[in-house]
Amino acid sequence: MTIDTPTATVPERFTRDHVGWTPHLEPKPIADLDERDHAGLVDRGRASSDYFRLLVRDPEILGARTRVDKDIFYNTDGGLPRAERELAATAASRLNGCVFCASVHSRFAAHHSGNPDDVQRLLDEGVDADLGERWNAIVAAAVALTRTPSALTVDHVQRLREAGLDDLAIADVVHGAAFFNWANRLMLSLGDPVAPA
Amino acid sequence: MTAFPPDVIDELAVVTPGSALDALRRQRPVTRDQAQESFAALFAPRGDTEVSLADRLLIAAFATRLTGDDATAAFYRAHATETDPERAAAVIDAAAGAAAPGPFGRYREPGLQAESTEGLRWQAPAELRAAVGERLAAALEHTHLLVVRPREADAAALAALTDAGWSVDAVVTLSQLVAFLSFQQRVVIGLRTIAEEAAA
Repeated sequence: MTIDTPTATVPERFTRDHVGWTPHLEPKPIADLDERDHAGLVDRGRASSDYFRLLVRDPEILGARTRVDKDIFYNTDGGLPRAERELAATAASRLNGCVFCASVHSRFAAHHSGNPDDVQRLLDEGVDADLGERWNAIVAAAVALTRTPSALTVDHVQRLREAGLDDLAIADVVHGAAFFNWANRLMLSLGDPVAPA
Repeated sequence: MTAFPPDVIDELAVVTPGSALDALRRQRPVTRDQAQESFAALFAPRGDTEVSLADRLLIAAFATRLTGDDATAAFYRAHATETDPERAAAVIDAAAGAAAPGPFGRYREPGLQAESTEGLRWQAPAELRAAVGERLAAALEHTHLLVVRPREADAAALAALTDAGWSVDAVVTLSQLVAFLSFQQRVVIGLRTIAEEAAA
């Protein structure tokens, strides 16, 4: 019933390169997608993705999840700059161990910040890497919230405020990290990352 | 059954109308609305023949209790208990003993194996299996995996679910359920912490 991935194709480590992803369960065939499924996919282009055609087996939760995702990361009406939302996503993915999610969002963080070296340091050295105080504060909060049980405290919020974040930016850190605790668990369990070609 | 609140995150994070936290959440109306729509998609689904509402609430009570004995865990515990009191008692009792720090686990990636960590790999005890049935017991084991050691969730883990009678569609719903709760519980914790800091 499940599809195994050959171990030879597993990535070596965290990377900003284009990591692939292959599902363990059969995505819904394109020919079977109906209007309800397309509503769940939100963008018709997502029908070409194995990941989204697997998730569309429950279209209502996929649709709501996709709209949450887009708003947390792409709604630039105030709050945290794009780069730092992607940094929070990368930090959560680094701690949880999602090499695929970390590859995508570290590329975005590097692109939007123009600071690929510090992003790469987070991938190479882990969540205790020194990225400068503002990024350290964001990573520390995202990581604390990702731990089970949560380790987020008032001190983390205070540190974000001292690093120059307002309430909306702090809430964006919370949502960016929290969302990747959703995304990582789907990506990690429903398929495998595939090493860059 | 007791009705669900109109906005579950507001309820659990104690966001009162007109408060600073309310104003903050309303600056991101799509996130606010669609987080609630996500809850509704899972707990007021169009159909629950693949995964019954009672099973969803039992799994939710287990998942959220593993993460922390907080307002979110109490919420799902109450709804699970109301819907299916006998199985809820067994599940909640098991969850208290199954809570473990995470994330931990082995890496598959060769260059990351030095970062592999160990912890509690939980299996449903025989008395729990007898109380809730094999199908739900398999889902609870999968839930424990996703909550505390997601990087070990692999094809074999999904095969265990399908062997226990979970269809592919049902596995997707189960995965979304546990993953969504990982989000919702953290948003609630984050918002509560922001409010605590403002009050300090």
